[in-house]
Parts: sequence; C-alpha cells; structure tokens
Amino acid sequence: MIRSVIVSGLLACFSTALAAQTAEIKIGYLRSAEPKTALSLVEVPAQNDGVAGAQLAIEDNNTTGQFLKQRSSLEEVKLTEDDPAAATLALADRGIAFVIADLPPDALLKAADAGLSRDVVFLNAGATDDRLREEDCRANVIHTAPTRSMLADGLAQYLVWKKWRRWLLVVGSHAEDKRYADALRRAAGRFGARIVEERTFEDTGGGRRTDSGVVQIQQQMPVLTQQAPAYDILVAADESDVFAGYLPYRTWDPRPVAGSAGLVPTSWDASFDQWGALQLQNRFVRQFSRRMTARDTQAWTAVRILGESAARTRSADPKTIFDFIKGPDFNVAAFKGQRLTLRDWNLQLRQPILLTDARTIVSVSPQEGFLHQVSALDTLGYDRPESKCKLK
Amino acid sequence: MWRCSWLLIAALAAIASTHAAADTAYVSNEKSNTISVIDTDKLQVVRTIKVGQRPRGILVTKDKKYILVCVGDDDTIQMIDTNTYKIVGTLPSGPDPELFVDHPNGKLLYVANEDSNMVTIIDIEKRTRLGEVQVGVEPEGMGISPDGKILATTSETTNMVHFIDTVTRAIIANVLVDARPRYAEFKKDGSELWVSAEIGGTVSVIDPARYDVIKKITFEIPGLRSEAIQPVGIRITTDGKTAFIALGPANRIAVVDAASYKVQKYLLVGHRVWQLAFTPNGKYLFTTNGLSNDVSVIDVASLRVVKTIQVGEQPWGVFIAEP
Repeated sequence: MIRSVIVSGLLACFSTALAAQTAEIKIGYLRSAEPKTALSLVEVPAQNDGVAGAQLAIEDNNTTGQFLKQRSSLEEVKLTEDDPAAATLALADRGIAFVIADLPPDALLKAADAGLSRDVVFLNAGATDDRLREEDCRANVIHTAPTRSMLADGLAQYLVWKKWRRWLLVVGSHAEDKRYADALRRAAGRFGARIVEERTFEDTGGGRRTDSGVVQIQQQMPVLTQQAPAYDILVAADESDVFAGYLPYRTWDPRPVAGSAGLVPTSWDASFDQWGALQLQNRFVRQFSRRMTARDTQAWTAVRILGESAARTRSADPKTIFDFIKGPDFNVAAFKGQRLTLRDWNLQLRQPILLTDARTIVSVSPQEGFLHQVSALDTLGYDRPESKCKLK
Repeated sequence: MWRCSWLLIAALAAIASTHAAADTAYVSNEKSNTISVIDTDKLQVVRTIKVGQRPRGILVTKDKKYILVCVGDDDTIQMIDTNTYKIVGTLPSGPDPELFVDHPNGKLLYVANEDSNMVTIIDIEKRTRLGEVQVGVEPEGMGISPDGKILATTSETTNMVHFIDTVTRAIIANVLVDARPRYAEFKKDGSELWVSAEIGGTVSVIDPARYDVIKKITFEIPGLRSEAIQPVGIRITTDGKTAFIALGPANRIAVVDAASYKVQKYLLVGHRVWQLAFTPNGKYLFTTNGLSNDVSVIDVASLRVVKTIQVGEQPWGVFIAEP
C-alpha cells in the first residue's frame, strides 16, 4: 500500500516534470476520403496530398520547438461514411483543439459548428469557396487556402497588365466549375476585361483515360471553340478537371489558354523557387519523394501558423494561441516574399497568387499598379467593404 | 627648414604608399556565376572571375591568400588565389552553403547549411571538416563575437538566433526574433548583436551577455508599404556609433544612430539591396543591388551615394580586403 502510494507519487512527480519540460500542441487533420483524379497522369494527386505538407510543418515546428520546450503532433482522420461532426467531437475528446481541414464546404461547416461548443478551431487548407469566408463564415475557422475570387483576381490582373482584355470563357457543367466562372466574371468586371462570349462544356460522364483518346479530343476541341468572336485569350473554368487540360494547342483560333489550364493561378507550384522557397521544396522532396502541391503548401502554412504562434506566445494553451493569431501582431513567413497576415473580418490569410504554366512561374500577383489603401494583397478577392461576413 | 622638407618627403611618401595600396572589393554575382573585382580607389571593375554555380557568401581569409566563395548549387566553397585569381581548391562545406564567417584567429570557418539545418565547422588550412552543430530550420546569418568565443547563427524558418560556444560547439542560448532572420552582426566591442528579420521588417538589438532583445528597430518610409521594407545586411562602424542596414526591395539603406537606435536617414540605392561592406579605412560603404545588377558606393562621412558601379547579374555578397 505504502509502496504503491510512493510509486504513484513518484510517477506523478515525473509526469509533472515532463509536462513542465515540454508542452504539446495537438493538431488534428480531417480530410475526405473521396478519390481525386485528374486529366493529366502527371497531375493525379498522391494519397498523402495535403497531409504531407502538414507533416513537414510539424517537423519544422518541432525543430523550433526543441529550443522552446514545445512539441506539435499530428493525428490524421479520413472521413469515409462518418459524420464530420462526430469525427470532430472524437478529436476534441482526445484533447485536440486545432484541426486542419481538407473538406468540401458543407462538411467543413458541419465540423466547425460541432467544434464550436468544444472550442475547436479549424484551419481550412482545402476549400476555396468564397461563401465560407462570406455569408457562411465562422468565427472558429481560419482559411489558408485562397478563395476562387483571389485566384481569379490574381489571374485577371496579369491578363489586364498584358492587355489581353477580350476573353472567351468556357465553363464546365458542374457546380464548382460554375462558381469558378462566377469569380472569373467578377474579376473581369473589376479589372476591365471583357468576356466576349461564354460557352459550356457538358460533362457527359465516362472515363478520363482511353487508349486512343487523343484522336477524338484533337477534333472535339477545335469544334468547341470555332466561330468565336474576336478574343485575346481563352479562359477556362473547369475545377472538375474534365476538359480544360485539352484546350491548349487545340483551339480553333491560335490563342493562349488560362484559368483551369495553360496559365493557372495557384498558391504554390512545384517549379516555384523564389524567396527561399527552394529550401522548402528541397525538404519536401527529400522526405516524400514527390513534388509539393498547392494543397500541401496550404496545410504546411496552417501548421506553421500554429507553431509560430505557440513560439511567439511561449504557450501551448489553445486560447492564448488563437487569440494571438487573431491579434494585430500575428504574421507568418511562407516563402511568398512578404509577411502574410489575416483579414480580421473573416480570418482569411492574405497571400500573393502565383501564375504558373506548370514549368515556370510566369508572374506573381498582385501586379504593380493595382493599388489599395490598406494592403496590395487586398486587391485580391472580396475586400472588407464588400464582405458579407459577420464573425460572432 | 630641414625639418620641414623631411616632413614634406614623409607626407609625399605616405600619399604614394596609400595610392599604390588600393583596396579591392569582391562582389559575388549570384546569377552570372562570377565575382566582380573592384578597385576601390578608381571605383571601377578591373576584373571578372568565373566561379561555380550560385555564388553568394564571400570573404577573404585573414592571411589574405584566398578568396572564399559559397557556391551553393555546387554544394561547396571555392578557394581562389588572391594573386592569380585562379580557383585552387575547395572546402568541404556540406550541402548548399550560403553564408559563412571566419574565426578572428583566421583558422576556422563556420558555414550555414540552409538545406540541412546545421552549421559546419571547417579548418581552412587543412581543408577538412571538424564537425557540425544542429540548429533551427534554414540557418543563414552568421556572426562571430570579436573575441571569437561566441558564434551567432540565425535560422530563417525557426525565427531564432542560436548562440553557440565555439569551444564546446554547443548551443548555449536561443533568442526568438522576428520572421526570417537573415543577418547577424556584432558591434566591434562585442557589446551588442544586431539581427535583421527580413519578413518581420525589424532589426533586433540583442545583449549577448543576457541573451535579451534590448531594442527592436522598425522602419517607416513615406509612400512605401511596410511589407516592402525587408532588412537584410547590417554593418556597424568601427567606433560603434552608426549602423547601416540594407532594406531589400525598399531599395534603401537605413542609417541608424547606434546609441539612440533612431533612424537618421534613408539613402536611395539600387533595386533589392542585399549585403554591405565598408572599405577598411571606413571611408566608403559598398552595397550589392540584386535586381539592378550594380553596386552603390556610399560616402560614410557625408552620407551620400557617390557612385554606382555596374557588376554581374544579381550581385549578392561583397567583401573588401586590403592588398
């Protein structure tokens, strides 16, 4: 009896000592398990797309954390049939206060609302839907993924700078294609481009790959784009990745392509090496034997936001960390040539948008000359005066 | 009368000797893979040396025998003979060396390996690696105390300065600074360490005895967004009174009173100003302007930019040596 009291007392001493030594920041990673595919074989996402970025950031956090006696950990949960709300509560039960989310918008909202009562904070590293930052914004969701409007504005600024103002807009038939088209139309209106005509590409289903697919595509794409009014560039809205990849070099008129193929606006690209990004790219390739994607970067940035804020506050307390992130002193370095901050009205991370042709970075927006009274980065996407978000 | 003429002769001799003994500035050009050699009296490029890929950090050894240059994409440091300007050897730097500093004794070299989170220690004479110290993510800035006892290394993603005991090669303290610390410079009397944070936009002044940030210097330039002000290179005058800080894409050098820590003046130089070096007599400060492919020469006494010298593509580092 006495001995067991002494032993348990000693154990208690040890565990307090350990706790005093290293504070742990537990981070969850919630993702949908639906398989993603792509038109191009080289663009089919890896199984660990996104989560690999989070894992690398955990290592970066812990390299820093060893000097501060802080430690981050990551627990990945793949949603299959499960309810995102139940999965969130289960993570909360395991002491997880921050969850990186790579979920479709409705699933993210369910998870966020379930997490509210347990003070779970989400970092959206996947969904680009503007409504998650506007009418459906949540006070416990930070967004590291750019919005469709930020991506579209980044592209539009460059096309207008290039004086390619007449666009032929070709839109896919799925809901997310139409939402991207909405963002592109808005961008054209904001920056002085003109959509000369819109066409729709109907997805009639079927597989993306056949052994002789190229024969038909070579004939279909010119037909889709023939007899268009005079235009400078074809802009494609095809988030579902059904047809846009087939447009370059196959249009009726010899015109460049942008949007979902050709010149693509994104938060990251495997070819991006400026502002020290080369080091992050090298670390990533060494660890995962593949190139880093936009989703990986968005997850990396989300985990680094937590690590950076824990280091700045010298605290692993979730409320202290979240308050710091929302406060005026927060910024994070993410290899974009300037510090990134949060829009305090909807918790969206401000960020430059890269424009890539998949082999090089063609440009980085905001373009010079697009001015703003607060931050040039706020020329990208919905700005404070237009925002429909009311954080509670 | 006799005395006067002796004085005159001595004075003439002194002028002649300073004239013959022009100092030399070596500028590493990151993109063109060359070093521009500048005569600091004539203020013109007198020679261009071809080196390995992506030359950045550069210095001349204390014995003046070699120019050492980090050629990051070749994963090595090249040794160039200062008489013949020929590449005569390499040092085992470890992967992707970017910046380095030599010990005041001239024998040891400390190299930041950005890709592998470590500092490599090299014996310059034997050309061998003596060891390494694990530090934070992406080490870059390297400063050494004038007595050679303390090495200060900045980690760009960890946002810290690591103080390393050069005898035990152990980290003795870590100080958190603002985002992306790039450069660390001790005052000549060792009383302060100045560290620039490129993305944070600040310079932290650290007391190296207490490992405390005693002052954080910020910069404001009318008409420029704060995000465009990105401090990188730092140089402090030998008397410790004035600091010069390169502000990157703000295209300016901040002149800071090192006693009050107040910015006295901003000097407009070339695009994306990166690193700095004084001429040994303290008369001029050279700045590398990465995006305008030139070097600005600042007259330290009058605080004026007196000359712009075209060099290779994307000049990065600069070191000025006596003959």
